[in-house]
Amino acid sequence: MQQRESWDWTAGTREIGDFGAWRTTYGYMEEPHVSEDGEKIAAIVRAEEEAYTVCVNGRPWENTFDKVWYLRFTPDHRPVALVSDTAMWTVAIDGTSWQNWYEFVWNTRFANTASHVTIAAQKELRYFVVTDDTPWQNEFFSLNHLIVSPDGRNAAAVVQNTTFPEADIGKFQEGCFTVAVNGEAWPEQYVNAWELDFSGDGRHVAAEIRTSLYDYTIAVDGKTWKKRFPCVWAPRFHPADNSVTAPVKIPGGWSLARNEEIIWNRGYKQLWHHMYSPDGSHIAAVAAPEFGKWTIVEDDRAWQARFNEVVTDAVYSPDGNRIACLGKSNEKWYIAVDDRIWDVALDMAWQPVFSPDGSHVAAMAEKNGSYTIIIDGKPIGQEFTAAWQPVFSPDGTRILVKGVLPEDQGGKYCRQVLEVERVAS
Amino acid sequence: MKTSEDFQAAAEEKRIYDAGIEEGAKKLTPEKIRSVFNELMQTEGGARLEAYTKACVHCGLCSDACHHYLSNDRDPRFSPAGKVKQTIIEIVSRKGKVDADFMKRACEIAFTECNLCRRCMIYCPFGIDVAYLMLFVRRACHQLGVVPQYIQDTAHSHAATYNQMWVRDDEWIDTLQWQEDEARDEIPDLRIPIEKEGADIFYSVIGPEPKFRAQLIYQMAVIMHAAGVDWTMPASQGWDNSDMCMYTGDSEMTARLKKIHFEAALRLKTKRIVMGECGHAFRSVYDVGNRLLGWKMPPLQMIHAISFYSEIIEQGRLKIAEKFDRPVTFHDPCNIVRGRGLHETARYVINQVCTTFIELEPNREHNYCCGAGGGVINCGPPFKNKRVQSNRVKADQLAAAKKKGAEVVIAPCHNCHGGLEDIIRHYELGLELKFLGDILYECIQKE
Repeated sequence: MQQRESWDWTAGTREIGDFGAWRTTYGYMEEPHVSEDGEKIAAIVRAEEEAYTVCVNGRPWENTFDKVWYLRFTPDHRPVALVSDTAMWTVAIDGTSWQNWYEFVWNTRFANTASHVTIAAQKELRYFVVTDDTPWQNEFFSLNHLIVSPDGRNAAAVVQNTTFPEADIGKFQEGCFTVAVNGEAWPEQYVNAWELDFSGDGRHVAAEIRTSLYDYTIAVDGKTWKKRFPCVWAPRFHPADNSVTAPVKIPGGWSLARNEEIIWNRGYKQLWHHMYSPDGSHIAAVAAPEFGKWTIVEDDRAWQARFNEVVTDAVYSPDGNRIACLGKSNEKWYIAVDDRIWDVALDMAWQPVFSPDGSHVAAMAEKNGSYTIIIDGKPIGQEFTAAWQPVFSPDGTRILVKGVLPEDQGGKYCRQVLEVERVAS
Repeated sequence: MKTSEDFQAAAEEKRIYDAGIEEGAKKLTPEKIRSVFNELMQTEGGARLEAYTKACVHCGLCSDACHHYLSNDRDPRFSPAGKVKQTIIEIVSRKGKVDADFMKRACEIAFTECNLCRRCMIYCPFGIDVAYLMLFVRRACHQLGVVPQYIQDTAHSHAATYNQMWVRDDEWIDTLQWQEDEARDEIPDLRIPIEKEGADIFYSVIGPEPKFRAQLIYQMAVIMHAAGVDWTMPASQGWDNSDMCMYTGDSEMTARLKKIHFEAALRLKTKRIVMGECGHAFRSVYDVGNRLLGWKMPPLQMIHAISFYSEIIEQGRLKIAEKFDRPVTFHDPCNIVRGRGLHETARYVINQVCTTFIELEPNREHNYCCGAGGGVINCGPPFKNKRVQSNRVKADQLAAAKKKGAEVVIAPCHNCHGGLEDIIRHYELGLELKFLGDILYECIQKE
């Protein structure tokens, strides 16, 4: 993996790949995607009649395909897409296809900082997972809720390991679903299993399960919590001690449980998407302390700020001392940091990004059809027709902004490195 | 005139075997029934249940509002008040001390003799929401494990796949790509944009569209293309906005389904949700599921296809090349008309696209239910004949429109289509049934 330190952090603007020109070359082009370091811009294009490929910085891949979809960049900046030829599917990375082809592939997954590529695949109506062109040894009747471990080496999914006849409601309620990790299914079967989580070291998996139509709980590595709840949401591993927490429904509302014991005292109308600070010393979640009023709760204490529509995309700063999120009230989006709502109403916003030391926050936003970046509550002053998530330099003094300039400014894609103090002050 | 004994004998003769009800009832004990009802009455019933059950004075004004009552020779047991009296009032007054046979009958009434259409509510002098009371019975049936087999199977599909038709994740995406391919034969650059982050519109459909009616996705793609709409559909679960769990009484699953639906739209950073032509899904997304999760209103603006069509026509984004020239009538779906008041919006679209519009009588919020809604059609083959016979009044209503010249019935709802198809066939009405999207697709300028 290329480290962020080695990216080009020279202040200034640099055009990449003459996007303005090559996007007129092709009669058909889909929306572009950009690598995290901003050095590559790519889009699915029609190369010739009935043949599609990917154009990267103005250069098409040598190979063309009957179909191409779900173009993305890996964390190490390689363009990857799902491609089809003669009704068979595989993954193409940098234009090179994997050797193995399947009847369908989907659900591309990467770890945040690793180069491994994982997909779900189907062949002859059997379902399995493929990582870096190597399929699981075992196949299943169905497969979903695919996740990968933080290092990208392990994959887990909810699988159907027992078949049942159509409309056989009795058999279904006996439990036909379980979790498979790297192709090995847990012995225990459940009525349902849904969202999964890997521990930080990738050795453990937790699952949100239902053991009857009425009993919800959490299973960890195939062992089910003894307590049952009327409902639960996705579990999370503690980053240090591997204990497992999950929002659970209790009489009168929702609370948080760790290893099946309730650990928060307050009940919430809703509580979900909980997350740990990087060292595990704090837990925050999205919550509705009252019906229709949404906020962030940290360690069972709710922010004062309230949004009347939704709160999403919460994130901890790297040092775990700050929290940022998006909130929506009266059909406008806002960015909130540490219980303070920035005074900019937006049509759309993306998950905020912290600088490495946590002192600055940036977010991509859309307003009146234009995109911009807002740093510490202040727009940078440049608008784009498309933009991508900003990235702070490792020392936090600069920020990489990636966007397509408006037509009246040339319509080109460029990466801009800005001095944070200059744009944030 | 039929006596109550005549009605009773006819009911016995029509007793229907359903594996979900019968097998579930075998596991019941009086203690379990009492415990479930008492718990539900305390935790979920509350003042609303008490007010409704105590307010009914049996005036009978609801009776003529009910298509089941009218279609079953005015058998009082099919009147809304009669169904309430046979089920929840009896349960409340007996404090849950009812037996398995009682529950079997209560289940059949709540699941197959009431469409939860809320027509009776608008005629009740007290505004008693009989649909709420029948849903309360269904909630108890779910808790007791006594639910008709086929709708329970649909609820299982929702739980396992997050869609109602056991559509696997790959089948969903493959269907979208297949429809895109088909549509490109007609419009070479047409796209069904999958996973397009930041699109204006998240378009969601119900499970039967990819399973049985994939052409509707094709047609909507053509409409979106013609109107220049920036839209997307997810490759993930959450694409299905439907919800039979709302009708089986599995509120926890209803909440889960709506969560994944809204979160798919939020994840893709779309600004609003447009739903295909479905009524019950609209009820679930706009009214029921969102509130179960703690949202007062949907977290994103969401509109039914009718509103969307109206908007793009009004804005001049969709041009009508040639109006549909066969006489049409319009069936107002309960959940988007009584439930959301879209009747005039629908008429605006019809009048923009069709040359001759003949009203059903009664119409708008007074229209009769299709007989399929409320999950009744999802109770499957065992109850099909009963369902069709229990909506003779709908057949009469359609026949009257046909007599005035109507050739085509427009119904912007999937369940309505299922119900009306059966009625048209059974009563040999000779009418054609269409979605609004079918007609728009046929009539718009496509390029």
